[in-house]
Amino acid sequence: MAKFNLKINGKQQEVDVDPTTPMLWVLRDHLKLVGTKYGCGIAQCGACTVHLGDNAVRSCQLPVSAVGEQQITTIEGLSENGDHPVQKAWMEEDVYQCGYCQAGQIMNASAFLKSNPNPTDAEIETAMNGNICRCGTYTRIKKAIKTAANSQNA
Amino acid sequence: MTHIKTQYNRRSFIKVSAAAGGGMLIGFSWLNGCKPNTPEPEPGVAVPNEWFEINGYIKIGDTGMVTIYSPNPEIGQNVRTSMPMIVAEELDVPWENVVVEQAPLNTGWYQNQFAGGSLSIRLSWNALRMAGATGKRMLMEAAAKEWGLQVSDLTASEGIIKETNGERTIGYGEIASKAVGIEIPEEVALKEVKDFKLIGTSVKNVDGSKIVRGEPLFGLDFHREGMQLAMIQHPPAFGMKVKDFNEAEIKSMPGVKDAFIVDTSIAEPGGFDEKGFLQLIAIVGESTWQLMQAKKAIKANWEATSELESSDTHLRRLEKALVSGEVQESRKDGNPEAAFKKAAKVIERTYSAPFIAHNTLEPMNFFANVTEDSAELIGPTQTPEALEGSVSKLLGMPLENITVNMTRIGGGFGRRLYVHFGVEAAAISKKIGSPVKLIYSREDDMTQGTYRPTYRSVYKAGLDENNNLIAFTVKGAGLPEGPVFPNRFPAGAVENYSAEKIKAETNVTTGAWRAPRSNFTAGAEQAFLDEVAEAAGKDPIDFRLELFDRAIKDPVGEEHEYEAERYAGVLKLVKEKANWGETKQGVHRGVAAYFCHSTYVAEVFDMVMENGKPIVEKVWCAADCGIVVNKDSAINIIQGGVIDGIGHAMYSQLTFENGAPAQMNFDKYQLIRHSQAPKEIEVFFVENEIDPTGLGEPGLPPAMGALANALYKATGQRHYDQPFVTEKQVIG
Repeated sequence: MAKFNLKINGKQQEVDVDPTTPMLWVLRDHLKLVGTKYGCGIAQCGACTVHLGDNAVRSCQLPVSAVGEQQITTIEGLSENGDHPVQKAWMEEDVYQCGYCQAGQIMNASAFLKSNPNPTDAEIETAMNGNICRCGTYTRIKKAIKTAANSQNA
Repeated sequence: MTHIKTQYNRRSFIKVSAAAGGGMLIGFSWLNGCKPNTPEPEPGVAVPNEWFEINGYIKIGDTGMVTIYSPNPEIGQNVRTSMPMIVAEELDVPWENVVVEQAPLNTGWYQNQFAGGSLSIRLSWNALRMAGATGKRMLMEAAAKEWGLQVSDLTASEGIIKETNGERTIGYGEIASKAVGIEIPEEVALKEVKDFKLIGTSVKNVDGSKIVRGEPLFGLDFHREGMQLAMIQHPPAFGMKVKDFNEAEIKSMPGVKDAFIVDTSIAEPGGFDEKGFLQLIAIVGESTWQLMQAKKAIKANWEATSELESSDTHLRRLEKALVSGEVQESRKDGNPEAAFKKAAKVIERTYSAPFIAHNTLEPMNFFANVTEDSAELIGPTQTPEALEGSVSKLLGMPLENITVNMTRIGGGFGRRLYVHFGVEAAAISKKIGSPVKLIYSREDDMTQGTYRPTYRSVYKAGLDENNNLIAFTVKGAGLPEGPVFPNRFPAGAVENYSAEKIKAETNVTTGAWRAPRSNFTAGAEQAFLDEVAEAAGKDPIDFRLELFDRAIKDPVGEEHEYEAERYAGVLKLVKEKANWGETKQGVHRGVAAYFCHSTYVAEVFDMVMENGKPIVEKVWCAADCGIVVNKDSAINIIQGGVIDGIGHAMYSQLTFENGAPAQMNFDKYQLIRHSQAPKEIEVFFVENEIDPTGLGEPGLPPAMGALANALYKATGQRHYDQPFVTEKQVIG
């Protein structure tokens, strides 16, 4: 076990865990931030996506020991009141069915839009291909990403 | 105005009150440690100081805020929004004043508290309307009493009761306290369909803001102070059993509190009980990661108890069953054999599909707290009542000592009809004497499934010299259940017809998977009919409409399961909306229609080729599910069904080697991804006033057929065996 000081959602958090523990489980088990979901554990489904700095990463593959000083943002910290343009677009398009993958989709989409504020459909598909939605809300997700892009660019 | 018997009486109300703990029903809300950390969105009215329970579905606050209990499990079909909408319609309250709570399992008050067979709305339509109408009537009686009038002197709408010939008004919240205890009316008036204000509109998902903020909603998110975590290890192959394992070593690993073999067998298992792995290695601790490490260190002795089957074993069994297997169900009209002999053209084709896993994105999990004389279960189940029954058998505990609460469910598709993971959690909790949350890893989830069976069907059709379909036969085998529905289309539409449903054996655990059997048969049958229509030189829609015409005007045989007019209706609607017949350069079209779960769906796929790859550019869907409750949500579930159908026909399969699934996670098991989904899916509903049926399943089956037919037009190749694309295309 080892102590780590982490910057999560703008707050300093200390955890005492096995250094190999992926951030996914640090967030879920130790910090009770359960918005970040477990789906596959091998970076194939995207349900556990968080931001490391400005980048979307799969927290199931990010050992706590590799985080260092970098800022982590989870779905709970994406906005104060759930009003990030991507979150608002998701609600406007009523995207979700079961909803389980959507935190990961939103985290991936929000990081993507930061780097590409005006994406084409093909760019959206490529950027989102690592996030599985088992219910099949892909067409709505794409629409919501375009809605969010338009609102940000307005 | 429709009058309807409520089927409630004073006695049933008393029974309900007792079951609900003294008259007040307690819904499921998140407890300590897992409270939402953001404020609730502001409802239309202030938070009440006092709540009054009107009946098991409705609680009204003194400010006019209304809590509606949603009785059924929410698996993504959006019943947590649509079921309360039906209550709110008849109660007649503004939707902004409504908050929704998940009801616990309560067989005293609710019937059919399960999510399966696309039945939630269909089976509860009357009960939900009655609950709302009863509440409204009781509030009106209370107001009438207060004002010394008759109920007939009053009207009620939008949460306000008005005197017809006077000025007085009173809000539901102001009169609610006086409605408590009013005799439940034996008959209530229901609204006319034309007077619906809420039903038929698009109401946003009641959990939307929580989903986008990542709030704890799912079973896997549940936490209670002092609870342990547990993981299980099942044998690596079907047909194996655990003998022993390195218990001492596992127990000494960091973070492991206990490790043991748990037995989950129960007397007289039911249809939703596990029959594969009844003895499991369980590891208990406080951190998922440490449990995962301990799981990897398990060295167990497994013993084979039956044959270790491989995919080639399964294929041989299916082939053999088609020749000499046990027929479970059949139908025969006319004399198909003779008709084939005199037919001008005979076409015979064989279709197949592999086992597939459900792969709900939230893996199986359950919380259990078993004490000497009680058991509390919280988690994702599609069948809370079956779970309660199985836990009762496991523990030898009466049903009334067991409570089941349902969390929001991260995908169902039939997987969580099966209750073994809840039973396993209860068995572990009993053994360790403390509350526990059992978590499956993705690998556990994929390799201890209740899979969609593997199927193989042979279709044969005969056309006369005028290209009329004079004979049609189908023989279909499955491991273990055949995929054929003998009385479905084209039964009733062909003079000489036969259908045989054939079973075969396997020790692989199988079960209901979204649109059971239809999820294969629709694709096979609709692709076959496409080929027959082509051989007949007929347009595929016109060809089908001819058959429906026969079933309408002069049906063959005594009965068939579908209404031919409604079936033809969705085809005509999709034909019109898609401008069928119009040709566009580079666009290849396929069509299919299917009826299952009492709903009719027709789909047209437009496919284009881009860099040699087929892309579904647009899908048109026409559905007849009777009255549509929540419009946009109904569109969403059909769109999801289309994507799910494409994904599983195109990419997914579970193969077996010596009893073990060869795919254990999403690196090898392919699920459809963003770039493989259609670019656009447009959905249209037939408008009528027929009581609503279901939508969770019916959108999927025809997609498999329309996909196969569009692929043929685009590539010139017919596809007979799912998945259509077998090379691994992992993106991630």
